[in-house]
Amino acid sequence: MNVRKQAMTLTLNDELVEVLVKPYETLLDTLRETLGLTGPKEGCGTGDCGACTVHLDGKAVASCLVLALQARNRQVRTIEGLGTDDTLHPLQDAFVRHGVPQCGFCIPGVLMAAAALLAETPRPSDEEIRYGIAGNLCRCTGYTKMVTAIAEATAAVPQGAR
Amino acid sequence: MILPGSVKECVQALAEHGAAAKLVAGGTDLLPQLKNHLLKPGVVVDLSGVATLKKLTADKGLRIGAAVTARELERDGRLATGAYRGLAESGALVGSVQVRHLATLGGNICNAAPSADMIPPLLALDAEAVIAGPRGERRVPLRDFITGVRTTVLGADELLVELSVPDPGPHSGGAYLRHTPRRELDIAVVGVGSQVTLANGVCTKARIALAAVAPTPVHARAAERALEGQALTPQRIEEAAKLAVEAARPISDQRGSVEFRRHLVRVLTRRTLTTALARANGGQA
Repeated sequence: MNVRKQAMTLTLNDELVEVLVKPYETLLDTLRETLGLTGPKEGCGTGDCGACTVHLDGKAVASCLVLALQARNRQVRTIEGLGTDDTLHPLQDAFVRHGVPQCGFCIPGVLMAAAALLAETPRPSDEEIRYGIAGNLCRCTGYTKMVTAIAEATAAVPQGAR
Repeated sequence: MILPGSVKECVQALAEHGAAAKLVAGGTDLLPQLKNHLLKPGVVVDLSGVATLKKLTADKGLRIGAAVTARELERDGRLATGAYRGLAESGALVGSVQVRHLATLGGNICNAAPSADMIPPLLALDAEAVIAGPRGERRVPLRDFITGVRTTVLGADELLVELSVPDPGPHSGGAYLRHTPRRELDIAVVGVGSQVTLANGVCTKARIALAAVAPTPVHARAAERALEGQALTPQRIEEAAKLAVEAARPISDQRGSVEFRRHLVRVLTRRTLTTALARANGGQA
């Protein structure tokens, strides 16, 4: 297999980034290994667990199933770009207050899935919240606190926000 | 990795690399195969930059680009009622939301798994596959497109570009249901897509397509014939559901036994026909 790297640009957390990638490396590997953003996690590597969830052009995707080059010239947002250095995103704030994370491995993916859900459905029902995070597996504790925290954050997220 | 910007450039890349080339659209089937070393392509041709493959037009029937995603089928308002609702329902059942934003209709068809969710509703709509190759375009009825488990009529120098759905007429309804132990991120034990078209209270056309009960998705032809020309009473629907079982040639595996799958064909055929009938009559069931 050809291992010559190819250059590409993407907009990562609102900043234009140029990066060299191998032809068949995943977006997840580029984010973690080359760009140093270790928020997105590799759980299963086959799109079943949701720990690698990022936004691609505003949509929640499994970054372990995206070839890095498929993100060329597109918008990528990771958990590192959900809030700011000074202010947590309302979802992050609610997760902290409700003590949602235990080991924390699934949390970046859950937060990105929830943020994408709220962008699409600003006032989701509990059932919509559950389906919105149905692609994210948590093996510590369960989903009750997550759903409560997301429902509470819903009220704090202005319509149309990321 | 080759990054074509048009169908023509895809065809050129396939002509140059032949069987060594592997197409990637959403990547949700290809990436796990690459990671498990089930597949060692010489070169990957990425379809994500080909805009024409992402178009969905609804005008006297549907033209669906092969790279339209499951999520787009799930959420497109033009598929939300009546005739095309079964297609939207099948899109909503694929993977998780993170997978549906990537997984494409064309990928689901070309991967040709017996359990593929998005194929039965399209079979029930009499869809045609539009194929591009070095000698131009050719059209193949979808029912002839899949030839076996994970095999299709596509030559090494060809790609699927569009699914063409003929206008089902004003009083047509479709529905898709599958059985899985859990709703998300699962694979159909059995899937059934039904479509009925009515005129003056009589069924003029019935289509029933079954998934995960044979090496390829199959039509339940005897059941379809039993409905056509008839008023669709609950008794006729139940008879058709029994006949549909005869079209199933399931295997026993970890997802379900032969007996369970045959039972599911009957139940899901009855339910999808009942829902499709209500939708053909303008109901929002």
